[in-house]
Amino acid sequence: MTEAQMLKVRGLRTTFRTRHGAIKAVDGVDLDIGYGECLGVVGESGSGKSVAFASIMGLVRPPGRIEAGSIMFEDRELTTLDPREMQRLRGKEIAMTFQDALTALNPAFTVGNQIAETIITHDKSDGSKRDRIRRARARAVEMMTLVGIPDASRRVNDYPHQFSGGMRQRIMIAIALACRPKLLIADEPTTALDVTIQAQVLDLIAEIRATLGMSVVIITHDLGVVAEHCHRVLVMYAGQVVETGPTENVVAEPRHPYTSGLLRSIPRLNDRNARILPIKGTVPEPINLPDECRFRPRCPMSADGCRVPIAMRKIGHDREARCIFAGDEP
Amino acid sequence: MHLRRGRAVNGYSASSEMLVEVRGLRKHFDLRKGLARLVSGQEGHVVKAVHDVDISVRRGETVGLIGESGCGKTTLGRTILRLQEPTAGSIFFDGQDITRLNDAALKPLRRRMQIIFQDPYASLNPRRTVEEIVGLPLRLHENRSSEATRERVKVLLERVGLRASHIGRYPHQFSGGQRQRIGIARALIVNPEFVVCDEPVSALDVSIQAQIIELLDNLKRELELTYLFISHDLSVIGYVADRIVVMYLGEIVETGTRDQVLDNPCHPYTQSLLSAVPQLDPQSRQARIQLKGDLPSPMRPPSGCKFHSRCPKAMKICSHVKPRIYSVSAGHQAACHLYEESTR
Amino acid sequence: MTSAPGLPATSAESDRSILADNLREFRENSLAVAAAGVVAVFALLAAFAPWIAPHDPYETDLFRRLLPPAWEQGGDWAFLLGCDALGRDVLSRLIFGSRVSIAVGLAVILIATTIGTLAGLAAGYLRGIPDAIISRLCDILLGFPYLIFAIGLIAMTGPGFQNIILALAYKEWVLPCRVVRGETLAAREMEYIEAARALGASRLHVMLREILPNILSPVIVVATFRMAHIIIVEASLSFLGIGIQPPVASWGSMVSDGREFLLDAWWVSTFPGVAILLLVLAINVASQGLRDAFDPRLQR
Repeated sequence: MTEAQMLKVRGLRTTFRTRHGAIKAVDGVDLDIGYGECLGVVGESGSGKSVAFASIMGLVRPPGRIEAGSIMFEDRELTTLDPREMQRLRGKEIAMTFQDALTALNPAFTVGNQIAETIITHDKSDGSKRDRIRRARARAVEMMTLVGIPDASRRVNDYPHQFSGGMRQRIMIAIALACRPKLLIADEPTTALDVTIQAQVLDLIAEIRATLGMSVVIITHDLGVVAEHCHRVLVMYAGQVVETGPTENVVAEPRHPYTSGLLRSIPRLNDRNARILPIKGTVPEPINLPDECRFRPRCPMSADGCRVPIAMRKIGHDREARCIFAGDEP
Repeated sequence: MHLRRGRAVNGYSASSEMLVEVRGLRKHFDLRKGLARLVSGQEGHVVKAVHDVDISVRRGETVGLIGESGCGKTTLGRTILRLQEPTAGSIFFDGQDITRLNDAALKPLRRRMQIIFQDPYASLNPRRTVEEIVGLPLRLHENRSSEATRERVKVLLERVGLRASHIGRYPHQFSGGQRQRIGIARALIVNPEFVVCDEPVSALDVSIQAQIIELLDNLKRELELTYLFISHDLSVIGYVADRIVVMYLGEIVETGTRDQVLDNPCHPYTQSLLSAVPQLDPQSRQARIQLKGDLPSPMRPPSGCKFHSRCPKAMKICSHVKPRIYSVSAGHQAACHLYEESTR
Repeated sequence: MTSAPGLPATSAESDRSILADNLREFRENSLAVAAAGVVAVFALLAAFAPWIAPHDPYETDLFRRLLPPAWEQGGDWAFLLGCDALGRDVLSRLIFGSRVSIAVGLAVILIATTIGTLAGLAAGYLRGIPDAIISRLCDILLGFPYLIFAIGLIAMTGPGFQNIILALAYKEWVLPCRVVRGETLAAREMEYIEAARALGASRLHVMLREILPNILSPVIVVATFRMAHIIIVEASLSFLGIGIQPPVASWGSMVSDGREFLLDAWWVSTFPGVAILLLVLAINVASQGLRDAFDPRLQR
């Protein structure tokens, strides 16, 4: 990689041990996120996209465990970081929002309290406790205004259930942004939202990224969202990264058959008479996976050469795909 | 009272081109309980989930019904099937007024109109085998031997892309897409004519979504079905529908053929909806029309045009006069004051 | 037509119903299995009492009056747990007494659960007037003090097996009814219910064939832990002398019989007391195990 990376993940493997066997939810994931970059992570359920970022956040709980790999955040190795250090890092430097804003917010506290709490937790400045609370409250209102909640100074005292789905998603973003993190991980930020509200939330994230200069990861199943909002895309399948590259290039000219399959599965409004071509079969259960290309059983191009583990192949200077046919043409 | 175009009161009309015809349909939910209904006023306690809706579905076509959550599209679909009691208005199925039919009179019609649900987890009884679930309609409507039922179930399973050998399994042993196929088999085993597809692909992964859309499309052609396809996803609707109906807060704001609505959206709500759909191709992206604020509470909808509180083109008249439905071109209608002159 | 999709790996196992999964879950809980074993032993004792009991439980012999247990001084190995004030064998009476406890418990729970389930289904699914009537009736019955009403009822109708069952069951159905009503309210919103209706299923079909199988697990759990409660209440009534009448052996009356001699002949009251404790505890532990096995949140 040419520029300095904010986050550098190499060979990340997260496994869940169950009585049915080990589930390799994330199996050898490499990824980089640059400063100020917006990365889109695409995959279907079971692709490991959420577990990968929960691992980076240190949020994987038993029976799940990070078994191998390194996670470098700036100059710190997160896999070996002391839990208290990790706690300090979470929220302050890396923040995450979740798909379901209603369950992610505590119904018993006002949203203002929840935003302020994050700020106070990470506020290491001097001053009396009362001072710090007052500052945190003021900042909560400021954050709510920033994420576009009208009449923030009054609504700061409302409870989560008093907000609509789109507004709750905004509040979760406000909590995530309260300490001005360097990296925001948004896990399915729009899945629960209507399309008009979804557009508002995504535009808001883009706007804040530009003003605060942070990096953003958007985890989603919607390639359209990635195409509109992310510089680079990472396509995951069955616990592995199968393709990465600049979004425009990947969308225009996918090099992994899974990516092209996904793109052909999506009905397009501008080309309504083109038939969609579904990928046959279903996502494999991530248990006892054979040592071969994981997409092989569903792949229209599968060949004998696909029955061995496939490494990522470089395509040009900024793209990679996990397919034996990917390196062939320029 | 609801006779149109010389229809017979009972029996079938001469022209059965219109399979489903709905006129002035209302479905209101009264949230007041018991005595409160007598004491307190309706204001703020009645949700007009469906309000004065006209919709018609021709035999063999797919009507796409689109709207955001809470717009009443699901309620409309279920009220048409008489799974919910209409508050007012009338529903004709193949020329027959079914608005006030009782359960017994509806039963033979149940074979002819079916529904496919959104949630492949909630829509299958977890304690029943696939054979029992898919075979249920046959047991309710026909006196077949269990052997004959089983054979028919097997045929249907193969037809929707499942293995006949899965007949003894329970729903939790299947993936989401497979469960949706079971739901489709259950709806189609009685050879219906009209199927309400209520967000049938919204809960599925992208690649599975495409499989189910293809399956529904193939089945429609092979079995000559008529669909009312409900979805919040404009891309999906744009793919499957012949005609599109757009709903907002319980009312229809625009109808037209697929190309009319998508190429030339007339209602400002449809326009903003279209502009908000994330596009894969950079050249087809258009400037986003930002809507102000959130969806209003359906208990206290805005006066006049219900969309005026969020409408970027709102005029003075919009806040107090409810727009009529204006014809924009042949077969293309919008409920918006902008089109007032065009009707003259 | 699209091709048949691949199967998830788990479906390689044979076709399993949820119930089969639940039972496997239960079997893996060794404490609950042990408790169920204890309950089974009591049930066997009750069923085969005449063959198992070493003596006639009604045979009195004043020479054996207050004979201590075999291991105490003066005990006799023929009368393992000693004899009561009338010289009756405590062990034999204990074994016969289990019949009363289990029979009353089973009968009351069977009646109450059947009535309660049907009433709860009707209230929860039909709503409206049936719901109003059933729910108000539940409220009224819940306001009646259990024991006092039972005493009053028995005082009026006279003691006896049937009257005791009646006195205990008259409001016991309220609990399963409330549970079933709540579960039905949740279940009726499920889309598979709507699907059955869309296919033309009758209300009876929906209630009995679609909803009932899905709400059976909480009903079974409530039935088992309430059975433990009923056994205690029956013992209390017998202790007070308004339950099962002498000379029929019941654990409650046995405890009461030994009350006067508690200091000199502790065994007369203690063994039936321990039996009550053991059976009730075993039922409760087994019931808890069932609850855990049925609860989807605790699974996996």
